[in-house]
Amino acid sequence: MSVLVDRSSRVIIQGMTGREGRFHTEQMRAFGTPIVGGVTPGKGGQEIDGIPLFDTVEEAVKATNANVTGIFVPPPFAADAIMEAATVGIPLIICITEGIPVLDMVRARALCDEMGVRLLGPNCPGIMTPGECKVGIIPNHIGKKGNVGIVARSGTLTYEVIQGLSQAGFGQSTAVGIGGDPIHGLSFTDVLELFATDEETAAVVLIGEIGGSDEEEAAAYIERSFHKPVVAFISGRTAPPGKRMGHAGAIISGTMGSPQSKVEALQHAGVTVADTIEEVVTAVAAHVAPTPAHIH
Amino acid sequence: MKLLEYQAKEQLKRFGITTPMGGVARTPKEAADWVRAHGPAAIKAQVPIGGRGKAGGIAVVKTPEEAEREAERILTLDIKGYPVSVLWCEQAVPDAEEWYLGVTLDRANRSLVLMLSAAGGMEIEEVADTAPEKIAKFWPHAWRGVASYDARGLVLDALRHDTPERWERRGKLMSALTPTILALYAAARDLDAVTCEINPLMITADGSVIAADAKIEIDESALYRHESLHRELAAEGGGSLVDSDPFEREARKRNLTYVHLDGYVGCIGNGAGLVMNTLDLVKQHGGEPANFLDVGGGASSDKVKNALEMVLMDEKVRGIFINIFGGITRCDEVARGIIQARDELHITKPLVVRMTGTQEEEGRKLLREAGIVPGTSAAEAAEAIVSLTRNA
Repeated sequence: MSVLVDRSSRVIIQGMTGREGRFHTEQMRAFGTPIVGGVTPGKGGQEIDGIPLFDTVEEAVKATNANVTGIFVPPPFAADAIMEAATVGIPLIICITEGIPVLDMVRARALCDEMGVRLLGPNCPGIMTPGECKVGIIPNHIGKKGNVGIVARSGTLTYEVIQGLSQAGFGQSTAVGIGGDPIHGLSFTDVLELFATDEETAAVVLIGEIGGSDEEEAAAYIERSFHKPVVAFISGRTAPPGKRMGHAGAIISGTMGSPQSKVEALQHAGVTVADTIEEVVTAVAAHVAPTPAHIH
Repeated sequence: MKLLEYQAKEQLKRFGITTPMGGVARTPKEAADWVRAHGPAAIKAQVPIGGRGKAGGIAVVKTPEEAEREAERILTLDIKGYPVSVLWCEQAVPDAEEWYLGVTLDRANRSLVLMLSAAGGMEIEEVADTAPEKIAKFWPHAWRGVASYDARGLVLDALRHDTPERWERRGKLMSALTPTILALYAAARDLDAVTCEINPLMITADGSVIAADAKIEIDESALYRHESLHRELAAEGGGSLVDSDPFEREARKRNLTYVHLDGYVGCIGNGAGLVMNTLDLVKQHGGEPANFLDVGGGASSDKVKNALEMVLMDEKVRGIFINIFGGITRCDEVARGIIQARDELHITKPLVVRMTGTQEEEGRKLLREAGIVPGTSAAEAAEAIVSLTRNA
């Protein structure tokens, strides 16, 4: 098992004919992701590399029985794409797009909740279950199959941790990027709940950053009811207050979102908080055995 | 994007909120002329930051001579990094109750939140710390928005912990405040504002409701929907609306995600989390980062050159740490940008490049051939740049 996606997922890509959409669709296919269709309004009936295109998400789902969508639509249209997928009832919506207006996301997220569908992102690298399925933009070659779960806000730090773990011999069950926007879908806690019951996940790495209170909420959940070892890392420890550090959500406002509060909350919950990515790997090694070499 | 007070008030007026009569002055003479024509006034520095009263940026004047003198003084001020270049002259509001009304983004509840308090006039954060029960809150439904009865409910909530005398007047207060509450929510929604705040909101004896101060911050990601407003405001403020820092202004022109800091190690990377971590690494190794600069995903060699040029504008920079994890970004493309920038900009300051991921072999080879030693570990690279710059 793994969380959210595996080899039985049926994936469509909204915005598959755009520059990013097309490039990453090829990458995902090379990874082994079962991509069953693409959605671009006006291009229904055409094909790209043998993948059928549809005008609407509804038509795509009817024809392909898709249960996951990856969204690569430009920011002005991305919230609409999320809502279209939510209305059709696709159970897992993964939005990679960065720069969606925040009030659009308030409405899109509310609709996802109302329809009972899961949203991952936006402004996220997506998700990777090594050896089975990848939806998003995580580089193909860095992952290795194993039993460490990863959940992170930052895309590039997700890559750093995957690579660091793989090189040290620790494979991953699933790596999940929840994204750097202030209003987003799945939280750290939501993903931890999935890892809690996943038999293939023996330990979890949580990569947080300044801004918001997602990490503090995750710490409270871990203390209450998460029983697997967790290693955490918080980036932006030297960021000045009041400045947006690249991600729309990475900002310390007053005492809200400070790194100290996150580190303290996690430590209080019994989580090992590493100071560097290298230390993350060392800390994981204290909890789990390296993945045997014959597993790919 | 933060609006100046007078710009925010102009927007609120469009949504039907009453503001005091006022006019813009850019010189002491213009301030004196305004007072000559309209009588006693408050002269207020227009800066996109709080605390200007304490910094001497507000003066109450009775005569044109006084106005000229005070305007001259305020125009020389620099308030928390923002030099004052525009004044707002405004008629004083008669004695009134001072309330607070605001709408802002509530991340934890994934919603906007409306806040109302009868304890206006002071910093709302202070009220939140000392007497949180005095702030009433309402979370509008993302689709349904705010109805009149929601607004009345908010007023009642605000009065529950107030004086019995005010509670007795709740009928009048509900009628007086409801239109302003609805208008403020409409303004936030239509302007894509992440903060829209009136403090103080004056309620006069005759029941008029007047916005005596106003703050609006528009979501940067939504500016494409407000292009004409953006252009208009940027023209008036000469581009100084958002960034008090001249380096950050320049970076905005160059379309770079850049934050200026106080140190001496220039930092460039791809991805917000990675760059934040780069800064942290520099600090952990005893150095001081000079900036945050994220070239983002899929950066071209031109963008890398542009980034290096930007970082070097700050003369405090003694050396540069470039940290690249190639996902979408190709290391060979970045390497070409670095080499091109070094040669064209004649960079002699130390450059330390850490490069891994997509096309890393090609990228490292290019760097080595050009005499730049690439590293693979971010921690080692951080140590190297700090030792090269610490005593430079």
